Amino acid sequence: MFDLTGKCALVTGASGGIGGEIAKALHAAGATVGLSGTRVEPLEALAAELGERAHVLPCNLSDPEAVDALPKQAAEAMGSVDILVNNAGITRDQIFMRMSDDEWQSVLDVNLTSTMRLCRGVMRPMMKARWGRIINISSIVGATGNPGQANYAASKAGMVGLTKSIAYEVASRGITANAVAPGFIATAMTDKLTDDQKGKINAQIPANRMGMPEEIAAAVLYLASSEAGYVTGSTLHVNGGMAML
Amino acid sequence: MSDVADRVKKIVVEHLGVEEDKVVENASFIDDLGADSLDTVELVMAFEEEFGIEIPDDAAETIQTFGDAVKFITEAS
Repeated sequence: MFDLTGKCALVTGASGGIGGEIAKALHAAGATVGLSGTRVEPLEALAAELGERAHVLPCNLSDPEAVDALPKQAAEAMGSVDILVNNAGITRDQIFMRMSDDEWQSVLDVNLTSTMRLCRGVMRPMMKARWGRIINISSIVGATGNPGQANYAASKAGMVGLTKSIAYEVASRGITANAVAPGFIATAMTDKLTDDQKGKINAQIPANRMGMPEEIAAAVLYLASSEAGYVTGSTLHVNGGMAML
Repeated sequence: MSDVADRVKKIVVEHLGVEEDKVVENASFIDDLGADSLDTVELVMAFEEEFGIEIPDDAAETIQTFGDAVKFITEAS
């Protein structure tokens, strides 16, 4: 099950906790992986850890030209892009009344517009190949909202609408588009929380713990597989029961 | 019939699965040959590959019929 031998996957935000695990899971299933992100050092460390079938593809997702160029660079490095995982995202939290245009726009640009550009960039070859997997990493917040995150929540909800529309258009061509919506996931960012803060978060989660990056990666691996060919336009919520959608 | 027209017709017949005699000068891909909008995008991609040309999106939108396609490609190649 879930053998990705011969497939090539482009993962954005691969320098982060969740993106790194996604890349590892796809790689372990046999895929060649293109590791994209802004910070080159962690990408190279990950590529070194993975060994063969790993390519470092640095990209600044707030630069539209760089984003448009990325699918081509990835295809040149790997041979094709069969699987696209839009995982990169930023937050710029602010209560809505004080949210500046820049705080709004920068989050929308990186999280939503770059996702759109990358999806558009990989579509042609996927159409020709009659096979493709698009997996957009949304967030529980895109479905539930979150105070202080109007920009982030809007971008993550936008990704779901984008994903569904793409899914409709290309379903007949063997291409699926799905979203994964993580809840609270333990990463370097959440490590900084105090035990008290962690306790409060865990109390809101029926599973009574934060999720692991590997648990998001497993959802992505499933959606990337040939076995998931009949699953499209869906959002897979991985949140320990925090929101049952 | 020109060589270009023959090659375009072959692509249309193969891609849309229509009878060759339906592919006439004024045959609209969508209205007469049963293409959907995604089919028209794929036809343009196939034309680009066959003839080694680039068909920009705004030009692609003007290619509605078999005749349009032959005319555009003849002029472009």
